[in-house]
Amino acid sequence: MSNLRYSQVTPKSEYLNRRRFLAGGAAAVGALVLPVSTYAGAKLSGVTKSPLSTTEPATPFEAITGYNNYYEFGTDKGDPAKNAQNFKTSPWTLTIEGNVAKPKTLDLDGIMKIAPLEERIYRHRCVERWSIVVPWIGFSLSALLQQVEPNSKAKYVAFQSYYDPKQMPEGKHAGIQLPYLEGLRIDEAMHPLAMLVVGLYGEVLPNQNGAPLRLAVPWKYGFKSIKSIVKIKLVEKEPPTAWNLANAHEYGFYSNVNPEVDHPRWSQAKERRLPGFATRPTLKFNGYGDQVAGLYTGMDLKKYY
Amino acid sequence: MNKILASGWTKAVVFLMCLVPALLLGSGWYKEALGPNPVENITHTTGDWTIRFLLITLSVTPLRKLLHLPMLIRFRRMLGLFAFFYGCLHLTTYLWLDQFFDWAGIWKDIYKRPYITAGFTAWILLVPLALTSTSWAIRKLGGKRWQLLHRLIYFSALAGVIHYYWLVKSDIRLPLMYGAILLVLMLYRAIIWFRPKARAGGSF
Ligand code: HEM
Repeated sequence: MSNLRYSQVTPKSEYLNRRRFLAGGAAAVGALVLPVSTYAGAKLSGVTKSPLSTTEPATPFEAITGYNNYYEFGTDKGDPAKNAQNFKTSPWTLTIEGNVAKPKTLDLDGIMKIAPLEERIYRHRCVERWSIVVPWIGFSLSALLQQVEPNSKAKYVAFQSYYDPKQMPEGKHAGIQLPYLEGLRIDEAMHPLAMLVVGLYGEVLPNQNGAPLRLAVPWKYGFKSIKSIVKIKLVEKEPPTAWNLANAHEYGFYSNVNPEVDHPRWSQAKERRLPGFATRPTLKFNGYGDQVAGLYTGMDLKKYY
Repeated sequence: MNKILASGWTKAVVFLMCLVPALLLGSGWYKEALGPNPVENITHTTGDWTIRFLLITLSVTPLRKLLHLPMLIRFRRMLGLFAFFYGCLHLTTYLWLDQFFDWAGIWKDIYKRPYITAGFTAWILLVPLALTSTSWAIRKLGGKRWQLLHRLIYFSALAGVIHYYWLVKSDIRLPLMYGAILLVLMLYRAIIWFRPKARAGGSF
């Protein structure tokens, strides 16, 4: 931890508050029952800083962890922080299967060891016109995909979330089909920016942010960054995705951040940077165009929204 | 009960109660305690109270009759004006905090986005009602015409429910609930209107 200096990205008072909160709360309880490396709030060690980070100031911990879209735990932004507290992330099983030479099944320990942990400070743009800046901890999704050796039929990567109506009773009101499904084209998934996330702010991922394993695809709208992943499957055809199934007219498979393509119900030209009131222009590919625009050359982004 | 309802004190208390949501928003704003997305919080809170006050206003007449509390009429104008008050706060939040008075963008929103069109319709329909809410206006218009004009509130509430239904992303429980309440309130009126006239003039 000593090499991570959150005081650089967070107002000091916020940082100190958070420390106190964690010391008193989750850590004390969690330490008694779970392995040290995998409960929410536990420190992650050996994390290096990634050159892929933005220099923009990170959104305070309280906002990132108190304002979430995670419909399995309720549709209000404050619901997940309340309702996900007792969500069981251990034991956990992740399977990677499909068109691969070496399918894999990983437990939490295995997930943490897929690749060396990096901190990447990414912009995160929600389709609802708000944005935050998050110091994620994790590694490129490609590191895992390379280990399973996709074959030539692996054209897309399908992701599936955990869903247990007993642990997630609010899920039946989500209005979308659960378990949550997402997908990427293989070249998108192999892009170094596409990230598997196990933590934020130097700590194990809080439950409301998608523990124990989620995606961060910073050039796409937030809902593409699926939470609590249990299955990754390499497939030949474009896989179904949760919001596209719910409303294909509003949510496309690609869902790249694009100020020129409106959501049918609102303009995507601007966004509100949280916490606060100020709006700013939304950037194409959320400002990651230099790195990712090449994935879409020749594609009509109005058609493939 | 009718005696309590007739008291000036009761009216003052109800008035203050109606102000509570706005006061809470004000103090939240002052203390910067409206969460990471204050604009969303204010929009949702004021929108919620607009539709609630519309429905509460529409409940006055049925409740008067069903509970035999004619004195409830004393509160109807105030409740309706509170619906308009929260509607104005809601609209102002949109114009100012959401759009920062970007009139071109606002105009585009109003004609291009059905949920904004519906919301705007709901608000516009309330304007003539607020303007003619004085006793002077009632006298000037005459009871019959005033009453006819004020039936616009039915359409405002309907547009408000549609507005809400169109704007939610996937969880439609609340708009459906408000829609169901509106339906019950309108069914009550339909039953009264279509009851054989002979009985309408009868004992109650
Ligand atoms: C009588 C009139 C109106 C009523 C009853 C009404 C009611 C509501 C309700 C109940 C909500 C949802 C609150 C929630 O999710 O908790 C809402 C949201 C909203 N309303 Fe209205 N509204 C009215 C007029 C307007 C007008 C005139 C505008 C703008 C021109 C407007 C713009 C909005 C916006 C932008 C939202 C938030 C949408 C989002 O979730 O992003 N409304 N309104």
